[in-house]
Amino acid sequence: MTAELKLTAELKPATSYLRIDPAGAAYLEGTRCAGCDAVFLGRRESCGRCGARGGMGITRLSAHGHLYNYTIVYRSYPGVKVPFISAIVDLEGGGTVKGNLLDIEPDPARLEFGMPVQMVFRPAEVASSEGAGYIAHFFIPGARTHD
Amino acid sequence: MTDVYVVGIDMIRFGRYPERTVVQLAAEAALLALDDCGIDIHAIQALYSGNIGETMTGQRTLQLIGQTGIPVVNCTNACATGATAFREGWIAIKAGLYDTVLCVGVEKMAPGMIVKKKVGNEPLPTEGLIGSETMPAVFSMVGLEHVRKYGTTLQQFAQVSVKNHHHSTFNPKSMYQKETPLEEVLGSEMIAYPNTKLMCSVNVDGAAAAVLMSEKRARECGLVARAIRVRGSGLASDAWSERNHVMQDVNTVSRQAAKSAYEMAGVGPEDLHLVELHDCFATAEILHYENLGLCADGQGGPLIDSGATALGGRIPVNVSGGLLSKGHPLGATGIANIYEVSTHLRGEAGKRQVPGARIGLTHVVGLGSACAVHVLEKV
Repeated sequence: MTAELKLTAELKPATSYLRIDPAGAAYLEGTRCAGCDAVFLGRRESCGRCGARGGMGITRLSAHGHLYNYTIVYRSYPGVKVPFISAIVDLEGGGTVKGNLLDIEPDPARLEFGMPVQMVFRPAEVASSEGAGYIAHFFIPGARTHD
Repeated sequence: MTDVYVVGIDMIRFGRYPERTVVQLAAEAALLALDDCGIDIHAIQALYSGNIGETMTGQRTLQLIGQTGIPVVNCTNACATGATAFREGWIAIKAGLYDTVLCVGVEKMAPGMIVKKKVGNEPLPTEGLIGSETMPAVFSMVGLEHVRKYGTTLQQFAQVSVKNHHHSTFNPKSMYQKETPLEEVLGSEMIAYPNTKLMCSVNVDGAAAAVLMSEKRARECGLVARAIRVRGSGLASDAWSERNHVMQDVNTVSRQAAKSAYEMAGVGPEDLHLVELHDCFATAEILHYENLGLCADGQGGPLIDSGATALGGRIPVNVSGGLLSKGHPLGATGIANIYEVSTHLRGEAGKRQVPGARIGLTHVVGLGSACAVHVLEKV
């Protein structure tokens, strides 16, 4: 955890929905509709699911989830490092997030639908040539080890 | 409300035209469609132009073939652009505003990967940092979701590409006319698992155009013999679904548009004789079999295995060669699909003719999302 706190002190969020709490820990921010319970990444004023206005509450998304879906990207935009795993993760307590799945071979034989994954925060430059000075969310394999 | 007939329709051969401009391609297709029904540009009361890459394409097309001062509407709706322009023309005749309109779809594409323009206020480009949003990645994910739910195999997806490339060998207007055996499809470069290069549509230049008329005007002009009735038209945007803010959902939007079109037409999937659907990637075709009701959910894999969707099968799909081989010039694709089905309904499709075809369906889906479905019938 100390390594991550050092990063959040030095680096800027790579996305509009990455937040740093007062203790220095990074997390992803979402909004939850009070009317229909739909969870969205980032802030919004109205609910895209039920259309309700003004009932969107800010929520801290969980760092624990399961791999819903993925693809392994071998060809991407110019300058993007390949191959990498683009993962769709259903988070515990609601919300679905896309991100790169790291620390595992990009091989379909190693990936299982539903496998537990954890969200981690690392320097954006591990994945982006323009990422110097930023911190971003990623996923790594593994079940919940702490809260 | 009047019935709306397609009386003239054509497309240029899809390919690469580095020496020609977007509007030159559009003008050529427009003139082909006018000549297909023997109508002069002065008879056209409005133009609906579909194109993504440029602006005021419709007006600039008329500058090349006749500046008659008619109303022009320029449409952009991702890969549903051409079909949206067609539908706008159909709506105008239905509304009784006009009796004769022209709809044109056109696009010039750079070869290789489509690089999306940056939208929103994110500090960094997200591609490769927050997963991927390339078209191959999006449609590979869509395919793997089908694998997750139903156990569809890589071979079944690849077989779509084998079939559509085979179909294209009978289509002189297709970009490619080459057989691609299964081993070659599976062995080509992996772009985004499980779509290999030969399972990705071809980015080409192209244009297609259609002349629409009210039933009354078509009869007055003696154009009923080769006319195609638009029996149903459905357009949908992406309804909320559980993950579609991070994972594109082409299923919900397709089902919604198909339902609208089938209901308006008063027919069901069992009444169709052929289908041109949006095979932008091989994975997508399997899903759309189910989205359009050609088979039950989960049966898309077995359906391709059965041969039912090949020329000569129960419900031939993408006999043009599809986007995979004919090519996919975004704004032109929607009208080119309508050209293909119309050509079969007219009995003019030559070696790839689906025998006795009387009712057909076209489907395109653009990410973001927009889906257009048309049910067409021989008058």
